[in-house]
Amino acid sequence: MINDLASEVRHLSGEEIALCYHCHKCTAGCPVIGAMAYGPDQILRMVAMEQREPIFSSKDIWLCAGCYTCAARCPNDIDIAAVMDALRQLSLSEGYKASEADVFLFHRLFFGVLARFGRSHEAIVLGLFKVLSHQPLINDMAAGAGLFLRGKIPLLPHNIRAARPVHRMFEESK
Amino acid sequence: MNAQMIPTQVQVKTRQSYSYYPGCSLHSTGLEYGLSTRAVFRHLGVELVELEDWNCCGASSAHALDHTLAVALPARTLALAQPGRRDLVTPCAACFNRLKRTDHILRTDPELRAEIEQMVGFQFSGEVTVRPVMAAIYEDFTANELIELVKRPLNGLKVVPYYGCLLVRPPQVAQFDDPDNPQVMANLLRTIGAEVMDWSHATDCCGAGLSLGRPDVVQNLVGRLVERARETGAQALATACPLCQVNLEMRQPSKNKMPAFYFTELLGLAFGLPEAKQWWRKHLIDPRPVLRSARLSD
Repeated sequence: MINDLASEVRHLSGEEIALCYHCHKCTAGCPVIGAMAYGPDQILRMVAMEQREPIFSSKDIWLCAGCYTCAARCPNDIDIAAVMDALRQLSLSEGYKASEADVFLFHRLFFGVLARFGRSHEAIVLGLFKVLSHQPLINDMAAGAGLFLRGKIPLLPHNIRAARPVHRMFEESK
Repeated sequence: MNAQMIPTQVQVKTRQSYSYYPGCSLHSTGLEYGLSTRAVFRHLGVELVELEDWNCCGASSAHALDHTLAVALPARTLALAQPGRRDLVTPCAACFNRLKRTDHILRTDPELRAEIEQMVGFQFSGEVTVRPVMAAIYEDFTANELIELVKRPLNGLKVVPYYGCLLVRPPQVAQFDDPDNPQVMANLLRTIGAEVMDWSHATDCCGAGLSLGRPDVVQNLVGRLVERARETGAQALATACPLCQVNLEMRQPSKNKMPAFYFTELLGLAFGLPEAKQWWRKHLIDPRPVLRSARLSD
């Protein structure tokens, strides 16, 4: 029976939090540290201290860009970006609301389109994101139009046979 | 070592043909990466056999939301590649990263492997080597072979190689080039005559994964990268990732913008491929002024 946070993280990510001796190399190299509240090193400490609430309601776990700079620099080979993924999944399964709403919205839309079509479909993801996000509607309109005019946002989704087996995998993982 | 682990495959050079996984971006925002990759391999005389009915690898949302699907989605692609027994190459750095990580997990985690095999309906053989397109070009062709194909050396074009994150990190998974000071792209670009500028930001993150969710954060990252590139005297960035490329061209704050080429576009240009002209107009930042100033445009 898994019941402490470090074990749950280990189960999902394969990473051993206890190996961290807080050298701060992860935090020193993190490209989005300026926007975070704690940073990767402190998040690891908080996992060890079982501080679920502040971790799961922090924006840090959603701000991680998944660049793996921390994973490459960690002297103890902890893949901290994979730990962040595990913490996102755990926060959702414990019913927390993602504190970076637009980052989460993008993931949800992308995931939904993938479940339906088996492949990404930019027109739907970008269109819905425009309408549902907290950002001004006018943002990125020029870039979006530029992509569209260059034939880079096809209107119709690919109709592939993979849609069915992919949909089945989504059903199974629920 | 666990008896059930499947050892990493010893790399065998298979140059006649590769299994090919373009990924979703190459049908949309990264159109010219797909077009130039296909054109370059045609010119190299090596066939890219596109996997039939491939699905999205899930990057970068699946691994944020669902641990099992993050492995199952790329596993289906590995399953499709198994019967061909060729190396599986993909141009997209994000797809490469997910496919390679899945391959790594299926080799090292027997418990999850059993679950995924059941879910996808296949048996993992471990006989397919997942490689980025850049590795296939660099490792399977000698510099002399490439030089012989160059019709129009890119002399005078000053570029900085930009790898981004997912081609080289985490090194335990990617097992390609040097994660801190990579050399492969620079060597390829020098081989085709380009002037490669030194800089220390080749593997700094551009923030593409947050491009929609936090454009403010991403604009800072991209702005800093382009500033550093400009300080070296470079006229353009060379990339190997469709997420980086569109992010670099879309999130540049300055008025004086710097185009980002795919390295395959630069290879195609140096090989004198006539279709190269069609790639330039696909860019959000028109690269033709840079090409003209280096006397590489008609």
